[in-house]
Amino acid sequence: MSTISNSPKAEFRLSMLIYDTRYRSMTIQVVALMAFMLMAAWIINNTAQNLADLGKPIQFGFLTESAQYDINQSLIEYDNQDSHLRASVVGLLNTLLVAVLGCALATVLGVLIGVLRLSTNWLVARIMTVYVEMFRNVPVLLWIVFVMAILIESLPQPRAFRGENPEASMLFGDSVALTNRGFYIPEPLFSRPLGDLSVLGAFNVSLEFLVIVAVLVVSFFVSGVIRKRADRIQNETGIRPTTWYLRLVVIVLPVLAVLIALGFHVGKPELKGFNFQGGIHMRTSLIALWLALSFYTAAFIAEIVRGGILAISRGQSEAAAALGLRPKRIMSLVILPQAMRVIIPPLISQYLNLTKNSSLAIAVGYMDITGTLGGITMNQTGRELECVLLLMLVYLTISLIISLVMNWYNDRVKLVER
Amino acid sequence: MSNLSYVRTEMLGEQSPPGTAIGIVGWLRANLFSNWLNTILTLVSLVFIYQVFAAILPWLIHSSWTANSLQECRAQVDAAYGMAAEGGCWAVIRERYLQLVFGFYPSELYWRPILAFGLTLVALAPILFTALPRKMLWLSPFAPFVVPWLLWGGTVWVPLLVVAGLGLAYVVTRVLSSHVSGLLAVPVAALVAILWWLYAVMPVNDAVTAMIANQRIPDVSADMRDKVEILPGEIAALDAQIAALGQTVGRAEAEKDALVSALEAAETEAARTAVLSAIHELRGPRDALAALEKQRLVRNEELSRARTLLAGLEALPENRTTRETLLAQLANATGAARGDLEARLATVDNRIASVVKEVGRVGLIPVESRRFGGFMLSITIGLVAITASLPIGVMLALGRQSDLLILRAICVGFIEFIRGVPLITLLFVASVLLNYFLPPGTSFDIILRVMIMVTLFASAYMAEVIRGGLAALPKGQYEAADALGLDYWKAQRLIIMPQALKISIPGIVSTFIGVFKDTTLVSIIGLLDPLGLSNAIRANTAWNGIVWELYGFIALMFFVFCFSMSRYSMYLERKLRTGHR
Repeated sequence: MSTISNSPKAEFRLSMLIYDTRYRSMTIQVVALMAFMLMAAWIINNTAQNLADLGKPIQFGFLTESAQYDINQSLIEYDNQDSHLRASVVGLLNTLLVAVLGCALATVLGVLIGVLRLSTNWLVARIMTVYVEMFRNVPVLLWIVFVMAILIESLPQPRAFRGENPEASMLFGDSVALTNRGFYIPEPLFSRPLGDLSVLGAFNVSLEFLVIVAVLVVSFFVSGVIRKRADRIQNETGIRPTTWYLRLVVIVLPVLAVLIALGFHVGKPELKGFNFQGGIHMRTSLIALWLALSFYTAAFIAEIVRGGILAISRGQSEAAAALGLRPKRIMSLVILPQAMRVIIPPLISQYLNLTKNSSLAIAVGYMDITGTLGGITMNQTGRELECVLLLMLVYLTISLIISLVMNWYNDRVKLVER
Repeated sequence: MSNLSYVRTEMLGEQSPPGTAIGIVGWLRANLFSNWLNTILTLVSLVFIYQVFAAILPWLIHSSWTANSLQECRAQVDAAYGMAAEGGCWAVIRERYLQLVFGFYPSELYWRPILAFGLTLVALAPILFTALPRKMLWLSPFAPFVVPWLLWGGTVWVPLLVVAGLGLAYVVTRVLSSHVSGLLAVPVAALVAILWWLYAVMPVNDAVTAMIANQRIPDVSADMRDKVEILPGEIAALDAQIAALGQTVGRAEAEKDALVSALEAAETEAARTAVLSAIHELRGPRDALAALEKQRLVRNEELSRARTLLAGLEALPENRTTRETLLAQLANATGAARGDLEARLATVDNRIASVVKEVGRVGLIPVESRRFGGFMLSITIGLVAITASLPIGVMLALGRQSDLLILRAICVGFIEFIRGVPLITLLFVASVLLNYFLPPGTSFDIILRVMIMVTLFASAYMAEVIRGGLAALPKGQYEAADALGLDYWKAQRLIIMPQALKISIPGIVSTFIGVFKDTTLVSIIGLLDPLGLSNAIRANTAWNGIVWELYGFIALMFFVFCFSMSRYSMYLERKLRTGHR
């Protein structure tokens, strides 16, 4: 706040620290800083004293000790002889896994529901309203345990798939089994594998995966070049060459070639004894967390999408119609680009919320980082301060990265806006 | 001239629209079957609705309300609607709703949380609805002091002394701002109030209590002696009644079990009615038995309290003489002996203090926090966090928007830190770390710790919402306030905040809803909120395996609270819409 003061020049007096607006802000800040530092010092001093009394000074050495507990869902190699650090990394990867899966499903569902809520169909709009209100007004933790209960109570046990006339059968040509112990889905296998690449000697990344990703990146780059060329020709001649089949070929063919070269085939889960073997096993806890977080966040995303579309004034679509654009092109060329600017920032903060809510995994026993580092590791080692600090640091880093992405996007949108 | 007789010379009357465009048919065509896509969507929706209702309605209709275990529920549903019927077991809600609402709060003191809740509503009503008489506002400032007292109990002096602290702060502000400086007055007054609360409230309270205790001791001793003599007899009488009734109920239960097995063996109409009537007839005796057992529990607690107090009172003179001797010894003790003496003195002091506290208490029986639970706990935590987070959030938002660099840095750091971590890690801090941050030896209540952390969490989100409102305000408003010569606080209070808060109403209310929903997270650190209680209820053998009814009830309660909050926010937005923005 700017305040103009044109008092005559006078030599500095001590009372000016309080009465003169030029110095007053400095006084306030210095006092605030001192109070803050004093409080911080007080807290640190207390903590040091308390920890010294308990005989456990702050040390992170426990991270290299053997963890001694099992984690039933893990993206990298892990057994209970591995260190607490590795257990935490497994937990972190599990957090990221459920966050990514959740964000993807929540976006799809949320956009669908948000658009359907604007539908002219009275019944559909009402159903979607009920969905949104139902999920928004009940705690997410309740949804998580509720979905978990539904999965456990309503899905068949693996043994129901046995026998001549089984009570339950697998889906999609005997490749997917939905049981109350989790979902069994096919896994990608390669008959001519390239082996694994060891990263820092800590964990292995399959080379096949890297090769496929690399090929895809190159393909998309080439496809982009083709699109730019088409843009250029359109700008020069006014006629846009048809390129979609070329771009499709560029993207699909190389990947197909690589897959065939590596001998790609799927490994289906098979019932052996009382349980399924082979395939990828997604535990019930993962599925429950994933579905509950997605359904819950989808309700919020639906409201954001609806708000975003409604925020674009009616004049825009009418003007576009007056220009002779077809409804589909009005949506894709006029409404969506403007709505995106309104939708994306809150959408990203919903992603952030979903990631933070994934810490509720502990309620269904999914071993995310709160379950490993903030759960069993903390209880086993008794290093509460270190564990909670590390846990907060991890979540802060994730939030920071997501905020950076958001700021980057906001800046980009601003440039487009002039 | 050609013949124009075929041309109509007068206007026709308006025709009514075709039958397919008006009434129900017209509405259906316009809203459900306007084109082929809409028709498909409508049909799919109808099938979906049918599926949902077909799955849930029979289960709802075929429910049992009066059984006392899950097994009996199933028997009752089988008997009433046939062996194939699946039905809900709402009897668990009927039996446990008090627990789901109050947790383990002593049942004879239920009137206190009910009164507290009612008082909160009365205090909030004039703030929420301006149509109510403005005189009701005079009640509202007292609620924050009376409600905690009602919930936790204790002497009446504590809330009065806390209010006195506020009065003291007011006096200091007035005196200082008229004699020294307004800028100095507020921090000094705050400091005085905090010092008063920290160092004066408890000693004054203890002194008054001790004074009253000294007068009361003879009366109370006589009372307790009477109780200790009378109560065992009453309890024995209750024991006898319970044993007699228990036998009757036990026989009836056995008969009922036999009938249920008979029904399972052969399903006949007679067997079904027999089971139903057996369960129905059991209800009265069971309720009577439960009431008697509750009476006995209350008497037992009363007796044990009376015995403890009596023992304490009888030991009081002896303890006091011990104390005198210890003090005398302490005066000339040194070294290790001194520490030992001090420890013994502390024990004796504690014994005396507990008796004095009990005898001299003018007020309500104290209730420990660990007995709080259910929706009472959720609402308490939620209300505290909601009411406290709004002013803190406003302060943080102002700090973040201010020109003062250091202040801004502190506020930004705090807000971004809290918003960057999940609430569950903050609750971990409350449950395991907060005691580390305080001077050695201090330990305070887990619910209070949780309230502090949830409030901090809510404040950070509130600050961001209000910052949005501040940012949305045109710069001209700030400049106009400056031009009027208003100082910073006056400008904020009269010009900026009323507008900024109005803009941020939807965000504020959705933060409120979020905080209230997030109170369920306390179940993860072991507090018995409704979700934690549902696990406790399932741990009981009678209700082991019950899922939908409990979750459904809890979800419904949360839905009612949150939905009404969001409706209120819409009402407020409509009311405050002045058409400027």
